[in-house]
Amino acid sequence: MKPRHKRALLIVAALAVISVAALLILNALNSNIALYVTPSEVAAGKAPNGQAFRIGGMVKDGSLKRDGLTVHFVITDMAKDIPVSYTGILPDLFKEGKGAVIQGRLNPNGEFVASEVLAKHDENYMPPEAKHALEQAQKNGSNK
Amino acid sequence: MIPEFGHYALILAFCIACIQGVLPLIGAHQGRREWLILARPAAQTVFCLLAIAFAILAWSFYINDFSVLYVAEHSNSQLPLMYRIGAVWGGHEGSLLLWIFLLSTWTILVAQLSKALDEFMVARVIGVLGLVTSGLLLFVLTTSNPFDRLLPAAQDGRSLNPLLQDPGLVFHPPMLYMGYVGFSVAFAFAIASLLSGRLDAAWARWSRPWTTAAWVFLTLGIALGSWWAYYELGWGGWWFWDPVENASFIPWLVGTALLHSLAVTEKRGGFKSWTVLLAITAFSLSLLGTFLVRSGVLTSVHAFATDPRRGIFILIFLVIVVGSSLTLYAWRAPKSAVGGKFSLSSRETLILLGNVFLVVSAGSVLLGTLYPLLIDALHLGKISVGPPYFNSVFVPIMIPLLVLMGVGPWANWKNTDLIAVIKRLWLAGLVAVVAGISIPLVMGQFTWLAGVGFLLAFWVIASGCLQIVRQAKTGKPTRSFMGMQVAHLGIAVFVIGITMVGGYQEEKDVRMSAGDTVSVGGYEIQLQSVAEAPGPNYKAMRGTFLLMKNGSTEATLYPEKRSYFSSTMPMTEAAIDVGLTRDIYVSLGEELGDKSWAVRVYYKPFVDWIWGGCLLMALGGVLAISDKRYRIKLKKQLS
Repeated sequence: MKPRHKRALLIVAALAVISVAALLILNALNSNIALYVTPSEVAAGKAPNGQAFRIGGMVKDGSLKRDGLTVHFVITDMAKDIPVSYTGILPDLFKEGKGAVIQGRLNPNGEFVASEVLAKHDENYMPPEAKHALEQAQKNGSNK
Repeated sequence: MIPEFGHYALILAFCIACIQGVLPLIGAHQGRREWLILARPAAQTVFCLLAIAFAILAWSFYINDFSVLYVAEHSNSQLPLMYRIGAVWGGHEGSLLLWIFLLSTWTILVAQLSKALDEFMVARVIGVLGLVTSGLLLFVLTTSNPFDRLLPAAQDGRSLNPLLQDPGLVFHPPMLYMGYVGFSVAFAFAIASLLSGRLDAAWARWSRPWTTAAWVFLTLGIALGSWWAYYELGWGGWWFWDPVENASFIPWLVGTALLHSLAVTEKRGGFKSWTVLLAITAFSLSLLGTFLVRSGVLTSVHAFATDPRRGIFILIFLVIVVGSSLTLYAWRAPKSAVGGKFSLSSRETLILLGNVFLVVSAGSVLLGTLYPLLIDALHLGKISVGPPYFNSVFVPIMIPLLVLMGVGPWANWKNTDLIAVIKRLWLAGLVAVVAGISIPLVMGQFTWLAGVGFLLAFWVIASGCLQIVRQAKTGKPTRSFMGMQVAHLGIAVFVIGITMVGGYQEEKDVRMSAGDTVSVGGYEIQLQSVAEAPGPNYKAMRGTFLLMKNGSTEATLYPEKRSYFSSTMPMTEAAIDVGLTRDIYVSLGEELGDKSWAVRVYYKPFVDWIWGGCLLMALGGVLAISDKRYRIKLKKQLS
């Protein structure tokens, strides 16, 4: 084989690896992305149907109720409230009146069933997604 | 007064670093010896000044000087001494100072250990490092001065985030940064050789041990971080595909590719342009990692309170470094590859293929990390890319790489008979298939993922054993050869660990009162009591659990729920019974009323093999560096 052909073959092999990887990536991106949705958007029916997504917002004061290992609480952007249920152990920094990000799906009753409550690592830290939701709601409120 | 000396030392260090960055490079270009010999003394001075600044910051923590803003924000008079010292790099400003101090440490090591190297080359390498140092010092001085004063001084500090109050803080950041920053040496060697136009095997031989050393530190740093997350975050995971973890893992993948590519350049003179490009990429990705972590664009455990100016500065710095080095590369990289010729079936080809897999996997992780940022920046909405993405992309790319790992070391340079190699490997293949089928069955359940995991791990192990046997027949194996074997064995051990944990761990969230028992992985765990326990700067609720197997008690576990005095943040401290073949992990959730507690228990088979594998990889790197051919040169230098 001539050196030129060898080089061409190596390049073809490398391109094959890259294109297989690209296929994997596109496929995985399609099925594994979670959209961030604000509570107002959920209330307006803009949440993806039957697909997992994330909500950012504040845990409403006085809304936390326990039922064995299952907890019920309300997540809010100060404009709209969304009821949430979660079974499992809550992260250390989960508190009423603090920001939180949760991932899960809506059930037919309009309750958000969380599969994951995201832990924050610093008490003074506000998740940007929760902040974003509050700002959006405030903006919409002042426009009315 | 003392903190002002620290600030002053930083300013002086910046000025001298500018000299270190500019004069030797010009001197080397124009052949002016009197400028070029400034490189070493300048680097030594910068190192001393940075050491002074660093010591002063540590001193301010030691004496609780809360008139220094950074100390007031990250320490507290009740904080134990060890964590006060660790807190020096517990925040943004201090960790950057550590970054620069370590950069200067690498520079000084290069300056001291490269006396046999041509002085033009040394001057260029030190000059490039000087430019990087001065850029980062400018960043610290303009946006992140750790010596800023707080007037009037605070009565007491805000204390360190309780998550960071752990021995992990003392070791993880310096190790990780040693690795991150260490790639700057490979980068400097690459740039220096481009500048001189002398890209030869000698260059690769010089830069190889430095790259391996950086890689060893990075491996250990990532492993320490993973282990810390495992026991300290309280919820038992060892890798979360958190963007900041990815930021350290991407340079690791590219650095691994660089190590292998350097081997080809050293032994065969091939792949020169590719090696240089990898060296530039590895360091650029380290800088990108710093940008991602420090700019606050990411939501993660490492995101400190942030300032947008910092992100913009690092971004500009990154653009300058990447832009100028790629321009230089386009201009000076060898146009025609004049390396040794090799056939398609040769070690060169296999290493190149492995390189492609490593770089592509790094690219896929990078894409998953940056994709949400990109979508957000284009105002297309906010999304998150979670672990399932990384698992479903990364794992399939690693499978062929592990297959290659068993074959590559058998192939000869230049030209090899692949059929003969495969014939030699039938025994390894048999061992792998038997392990892949039988181990999942022994563990009680066969899944394809577990089967493939064990198959690959034992393929690598068996192939390695056969290689050692063959090598031992022809003579004493070199350290360099043993280094490769140990590092590859480390990968196999690591794969066994993740396969076991991924396939056979058991997790239970339960509600428990005193006297209740939960069973997991063939063990019974009984809650004895939960009682209050005092600590130096916190008070804890401490659970007492008995770990039993077949009715006999094996251990007592004490998980805690702590509340720190200086913060309202509770902390979960897990209790772990460590074993060679399994960990039992208990952590205490919240009190659920009527004296019952939420409790999470895990049975994690072979989980410690994950970090054991990383240790072996690092050990392999150390063995490779200690190879005779590097030491001979050192002896020559001394005489």
